[in-house]
Amino acid sequence: MRQNGAVTEDVQLTQPATITNDFSIVVATVNGTGSQTANLALLRALMKMGIPVNGKNIFPSNIQGAPTWYHIRLSHEGYVARRHTSEILVAFNQATVQQDIAKLPPGGVCIYNADWRTIPHRDDLVYYPIPVNEFVVRSGLKGKLRDYIANMVYVGALAQLLGMPLPALEEALLKHFNGKRKLAEPNIEVMHAAHAFAEANIVKADPFAVSPMAVTEETIVITGNEAAALGSIFGGVSFAAWYPITPSTSLIDTLNEYLPRLRRDPESGKATYAVIQSEDELAAIGMVLGAGWAGARAMTATSGPGISLMAEFAGLGYFAEIPAVIWDVQRVGPSTGLPTRTSQGDVMFTYYLGHGDTKNVILFPATVKECFEFGISSFDLADTLQAPIFVLSDLDLGMNNWTSAPFDYPTEPINRGKVLSAQEVAEHGFARYKDLDGDGIGHRTFPGNENPAAAWLARGTGHNEVPTYSEKPEDWLANMNRLDRKFDTARRLVPAPVLQEVEGAEIGIIAYGTTVYAIDEARDRLAEAGIKSSYLRLRALPVNETVREFIRRYPQVYVIELNHDGQMHKILQTEVPDMAAKLKSLAHLDGMPLTAKWVVDRLNGGSHE
Amino acid sequence: MSNETARPAAVNLVGLTKNDYKGTPSTLCKGCGHNSIVNQVIQIAYELNIRPQEIIRLSGIGCSSKSVAYFLGNTFGFNSLHGRMPSIGTGALMANHRLRGIGVSGDGDTASIGIGQFKHLMRRNLRMVYVVENNGVYGLTKGQFSATADQGQVLKYAGENQMPPVDICMEAIISGCGFVARTFSGDARQVRELLKAALSHRGTAVLDIISPCVAFNNHDASTKSYGYGKEHELPLHELGWVPVEEEIEVGAYEPGEMRVVEMHDGSHIQLRKLESDYDPSDRGAALSRLQTAADQREFITGLIYYDQSRPSLAELSDLTEMPISQLSPAQLRPRPEALDAVMAELK
Repeated sequence: MRQNGAVTEDVQLTQPATITNDFSIVVATVNGTGSQTANLALLRALMKMGIPVNGKNIFPSNIQGAPTWYHIRLSHEGYVARRHTSEILVAFNQATVQQDIAKLPPGGVCIYNADWRTIPHRDDLVYYPIPVNEFVVRSGLKGKLRDYIANMVYVGALAQLLGMPLPALEEALLKHFNGKRKLAEPNIEVMHAAHAFAEANIVKADPFAVSPMAVTEETIVITGNEAAALGSIFGGVSFAAWYPITPSTSLIDTLNEYLPRLRRDPESGKATYAVIQSEDELAAIGMVLGAGWAGARAMTATSGPGISLMAEFAGLGYFAEIPAVIWDVQRVGPSTGLPTRTSQGDVMFTYYLGHGDTKNVILFPATVKECFEFGISSFDLADTLQAPIFVLSDLDLGMNNWTSAPFDYPTEPINRGKVLSAQEVAEHGFARYKDLDGDGIGHRTFPGNENPAAAWLARGTGHNEVPTYSEKPEDWLANMNRLDRKFDTARRLVPAPVLQEVEGAEIGIIAYGTTVYAIDEARDRLAEAGIKSSYLRLRALPVNETVREFIRRYPQVYVIELNHDGQMHKILQTEVPDMAAKLKSLAHLDGMPLTAKWVVDRLNGGSHE
Repeated sequence: MSNETARPAAVNLVGLTKNDYKGTPSTLCKGCGHNSIVNQVIQIAYELNIRPQEIIRLSGIGCSSKSVAYFLGNTFGFNSLHGRMPSIGTGALMANHRLRGIGVSGDGDTASIGIGQFKHLMRRNLRMVYVVENNGVYGLTKGQFSATADQGQVLKYAGENQMPPVDICMEAIISGCGFVARTFSGDARQVRELLKAALSHRGTAVLDIISPCVAFNNHDASTKSYGYGKEHELPLHELGWVPVEEEIEVGAYEPGEMRVVEMHDGSHIQLRKLESDYDPSDRGAALSRLQTAADQREFITGLIYYDQSRPSLAELSDLTEMPISQLSPAQLRPRPEALDAVMAELK
C-alpha cells in the first residue's frame, strides 16, 4: 500500500492556513452501488452541524453501473450554489478517475481506493489511499451488501480527515434507515473502522476542515419534490394522475407516502383522495381535467417530454376553463435530451402551450419553501382563475436535498373560486362563461348539482356565454377578449416578484427559479469588485407592472436563465416591447446547475459598458 | 307534435317528460344512424326514470361525439378531445363516483386515435356506458376509411382498403371489459335493451353499434350500410332487460330456451335462444365467436360477453362515500398538528 501524503515537500510547505467550512467535495462512484446512503449521511451530518451546505447529485440515466458524482459544498458564508470546482475528490470509480483527478485544482485532495493498481499522479495534489476491500471483507457481508458497505469507508475517512464528529454521522445514518439500528449498525461499524484506520495511518497534509457553527434556527431537510407534494396535500389535492418520468417521479411518490396517513376520513377510515398511474401523460392530464371539471382539486407532475404530450389538453383546459395544477420538474431538452440533468428549458413552450391563441399561468419556485407554498397556492389560483396552472420546478430543486426553515401552516383559507350551489343557481340563474364581475371569470357548477339549470356541456369548440355551440364571429371574439381580461386578472393574483434593489446600481438582473443561488453569490462578488446590481426574481408569468417598472429604472437589465435560447428574455421582450432593447440575455445550459463564477464572468467582463 | 300541445305530456316516475331528456336539435345528416341511437338514449332515459343529475355525458370528437349534445340536455357533459373521452371520463367518475357516464365515441375516435385510452379504460373499468357509433368511415373529413372498415372494401374517395379491421368487441374483451355487445342502429329494440342493461353494469359497458353513414358509406356493398345490416343481422339471442323490481318469467319457455344473466345491481338480462345457445359468460367462446363471425362475414349482434365480477376502479380505490369532488375545505386540508408532526420528522 502506498502511504499517505504522496505529496512533494514544497507543496506541503506552501499549504495555506486551515480552510474551514469553505470548500467542496466531489464523490465519484458507480451508480446503483448505494452511494446515496453514504452521501446523504455526510450531507445531513454537515447540515446538523449548522454548516450551510448543499448536495447535488449528478447522476446518469441508468439503473446500475454508470458513473455518478455527488457534489457537496460547504460555505460558512451561506452560499449553496454549485461551485465550478471541488477541492476534495473521493475517487471510488476507477472508470472516471482519470478525468476526476484532472479536474482537481492545485492543492486538491484525492481519497482513493488503495486496492487499485495505478492512479494518475499529479505533483500538486494530496493523495490518501484507503484499503477499501480490507474493510469490506472484514465486515463479513456478502454480495451486493459489500458494494453498499464499501461506501461507508470514505465516510469514515472523510470524517477523520475533516474533523467531523462521528455521533453526527451515526445519527444521520440512523435517520436514513428510519431509526432501524439493525440496518444502520453494519454501516456504522465500517465507518468507525475506516475512521480508526485514517487516524492511525494518515498524516493529514491538506488544509480542509469542518467545524460546527451556531445553529440559529431549527431546520428541516427535504427535496423540492417532497416539499411540493406536501404543499399539494395542505393545498387540498384530492386527485392526482401521472405517468412516471424523471425527475418528477418522487413528487407523486411523496403524495403516495403521505396521503394515506393525512387524508383518510376520520369516521370511515376511507380515502378522501385518488392517485392514478395512467398509461401516458395524455391520459394523465385528461384525467386531471376530467376530475377538475367534476369538482376535485386535481394535479399531475411531469417533465418536458410529458409537457409535450400535454399540449393538446392544455389548450382544452385553457379554453374550456378547467382548473388543474401541473408540476413540470424540468430536465434538459430538446427531445429526451439529458433526462437526469437540470434545466429551465420549458418556459416558453409552457407559457404558450396549446395551439391557437393560448397562454398559461406559470409559477416559478426557487426554494423548497416555495415548492411547499406554491403547492398550496397553485390550487387556489387554479380554482380562482378556472385554468390550468403550471408550476415549473427543476431537477436540481426537485431531486436534491435542501435545508429550510420548517414550513408554515397556510394562513389563507382554501379558495374554491366562483362555484354555484343548486340554491345559488335557483336564485341567480347560471350562464357558465358570463363575465358578471368584470374580471373575465365566470361561475362554475359541479356535476351532481341538483338544480337542472346548473348543467352545462364543457367543450373545446366555440361557445357563447350560456354555453352552447357557436360559430358566430362575435361570440368567438367576445370569448377570446374575456380570456384576455382573465389573463390580466391573473397578473395581480400570481405571486409577486422578489425585489432586491441597491442604491446606485447601474445594472438590473432578472432571473427566476434555482439560478437564485448562483446570482445571490455572484452579486456579492460583484459588489466586492465595485459593481452594484439590483435583482428582481420573477415568481410567475404573466408579469405585472412591478417588472415593467424595474426594467424602466435600470439602463441595462440582464435576464439570466438556465436554458440555451434565452426563453424568458424573449418572453419579457414581448411583454415590454417598448424597452426590449434594454434587455440582455445571459442564458447558459450544459446540464449542470449555474455557478456564481459564470454569472460574475459574464457581468464583470466589461459587458455593461 | 301538434297533439302534444293538446294534452299534457306524460311524465315518468321522477316527474319528467320525454322532452326533458332531449338535447339541442341534431345537426347530423338526415337518416344518420347516430340520430336513431340518440333517440333510443332519450327513450330509455325516460323509461328508466333517470334523474339527469345522476349521469354525465361524455364524448370525444367526430360526428359520433356530437351526439351527446342531442340528448339529456339537463345533464352535465364533456365533449372532449379526439380519442380522449376515456381519460376525461376516468377523472370525472373518480372525482364523483356516485355518477354514471354515458359516453359516445366513434370508430375513428375509439379504434384509431383513441385506441390506447380505450383499452386502458377497459382495464380500469369505470362505471360508464361506452357507445361506439361505428360506421367504418370518417364523415367530417369526407370519406376516409376508419380502422374498422372491412379489408378489401372500396370507397369512392379512399379507394380500396388494404388493412384488416380492428374489431372493437374483441379489443374490449381482451382488455378486460365485462360487458361487450354489438348491435345495429337499425334494430332500435335491441339497442334500447342493451343500453338499459349497460346502464346497470357496475363497470364499463361497450356497445359497438353499427351505425350507417348515409353520406359516405351506405352503399349495399358496405357491411356498415342499412341494406346490409337489415339483410344480414344475425342476433345471437333475443334480448330483454328486466329491472330489479320486475319478476323474470322463465316458466313460459322450454328448458334451455331461456338464459338469464343476473347483473350486479340485481336486474336481469334474459337471453332467448335463437338458432343455437350462446353463453356470453365464456370469454374464450366469446372471442372465438367473434373470430368466426369475422372470418365468415357474419353480422352477429347481442350481448357477446358478460362478466360482473370485476369491481370498478372507484370500488377498488377505497373511496369515501362522499365524492371527493364534494369535500369541504376542512376535509381537504389536514389540520395544523399534522403539519407539525411532518415537520418534526423532517428535522
